[in-house]
Amino acid sequence: MTGGNDSAASPYSVAHLRHVGRPHWGRWLAAVLILLAFAAIVQAFVEGQIAWHVVAQFLTAQAILSGLVNTVLMTFWAMAFGIVLGVLFAIMRMSPNPVLRSVSVFYIWFFRGTPLLLQLLLWFNLALILPRLGIPGIGWLRTVDVITPFVATLLGLGINQGAYTAEVVRGGILSVDSGQSEAAKTIGMTRLTTLRRIILPQAMRVILPPIGNEVISMVKLTSLASVIQYAEILRNAQTIYFANARVIELLIVAAFWYLAVVTILSIGQYFIEKRFSRGGGDRGAGPAAPRQT
Amino acid sequence: MSDQPMRATPMVVAVDVHKYFGALHALDGISLEIAPAEILCIIGPSGSGKSTFLRCINQLERIDGGAIWVDGALAGYRRVGDALHPLTDGEIARQRLSSGMVFQRFNLFAHMTALENVIEGPVVVQKRRKSEAIEAALALLERVGLAEKRDAYPAELSGGQQQRVAIARALAMKPRLMLFDEPTSALDPELVGEVLAVMRDLAASRMTMIVVTHELGFAREVANRVVFMDGGRIVEEGAPQDILATPRHQRTKEFISAVLP
Repeated sequence: MTGGNDSAASPYSVAHLRHVGRPHWGRWLAAVLILLAFAAIVQAFVEGQIAWHVVAQFLTAQAILSGLVNTVLMTFWAMAFGIVLGVLFAIMRMSPNPVLRSVSVFYIWFFRGTPLLLQLLLWFNLALILPRLGIPGIGWLRTVDVITPFVATLLGLGINQGAYTAEVVRGGILSVDSGQSEAAKTIGMTRLTTLRRIILPQAMRVILPPIGNEVISMVKLTSLASVIQYAEILRNAQTIYFANARVIELLIVAAFWYLAVVTILSIGQYFIEKRFSRGGGDRGAGPAAPRQT
Repeated sequence: MSDQPMRATPMVVAVDVHKYFGALHALDGISLEIAPAEILCIIGPSGSGKSTFLRCINQLERIDGGAIWVDGALAGYRRVGDALHPLTDGEIARQRLSSGMVFQRFNLFAHMTALENVIEGPVVVQKRRKSEAIEAALALLERVGLAEKRDAYPAELSGGQQQRVAIARALAMKPRLMLFDEPTSALDPELVGEVLAVMRDLAASRMTMIVVTHELGFAREVANRVVFMDGGRIVEEGAPQDILATPRHQRTKEFISAVLP
């Protein structure tokens, strides 16, 4: 069957055929139903007993904004502390030294095994166990002066985060091919140099997505610190509604700011992950642009 | 071993080396001497212990019996009287600087460009100035024919190109001895030649080389000596034309007739 294109009579001629899109009735139906439901919810909120002008008024109130700053600061410091501890304990967990290994296993077991809220309360009430803190021969301080709400929250969130991060980092280290560390050994690298220069940079591709997730989770976990008097955004919102009884309005204000922070972080996460996927073979952008060295 | 005044210090001396993997006796009393500038090819069936022996020379594997001297230094231990004290991680790392290694699966650092791979050891381990290291690395990439690939990541290179960068990376440390662990076994057939050409060039520059290989043609042409291993032992050794053309042992005959077409 040759020359099919010229011969219109042939059942195999294709030149005059065209593609027609498949109708998506299901999509249209779903869109209509969801729009109706959404409209109903919006209407309920508009007609419900929410004083939107109060929401607008408190959205940028001094106490709310300072609570927001405290939430962001605590997220940053607790996460930084948690990542430092996590890397440290992941390396200890994989060390040839059995003492370091056992300490790491115990740490992860204890801090993953008890509720975060309980750990926060324990740190905050440390003075009940140890009235004074210090190093013999150097100096002593009263525990209540040292363990402020900020310090108790930082210790509680950071140390708990470290236990999770340690497992994430360990998974990342294990994901790097053992040939990489063998090659590093053959050019004379020690174990720790190999970790720092060769293994951790490659483990980042596996470590970063879950860490990004945990940063976002941390933003919201800081709200637990409201029970130990740390002035983050939820606690400040509560302080206001205890005074003016606008409970729902202030909870909406807090929710707005949590969403705003998480949205910004999600965008940042995308760019950081892109940066660390270099050399991964699936960078999508084709061959790397030549770089000045 | 090292106090024989009449000869140059051997590059590698292995004396009755034993290695176990669990119950498997992977190396069963290997004794071997390699002279400076010698090119030794180790051949043998898979599981014969030839790669394990190579990995023992630069201490990627710890040996369970015997001793190995590399460039005059006892590998992995400090001898005090008759006691052998194990060296620290850092001391072992320094000992490894006398040898360079090329792997079957290349093992280029995946997050670094070709140039970054080559300068990593000189800059980070040997603390050489970066500008000097780059200059030397570019010369090495030129030598292996990959100067224009300096900014390519390993994933963007063919297997043959990756292996040539790996050879440049090992040479950048200025080793006294080069170890090759089946350097062409993971390559597509049409890429084997370019890697062997680089190795021939290296052999011509009087580098001491120990090559574990299935390339009997390369062994015949380049090696000074061929060792045939089987079951963790050296079955026979000698000049390449003797071992490859007129092997004495039955196992060697079987292996060579199975490998050669």
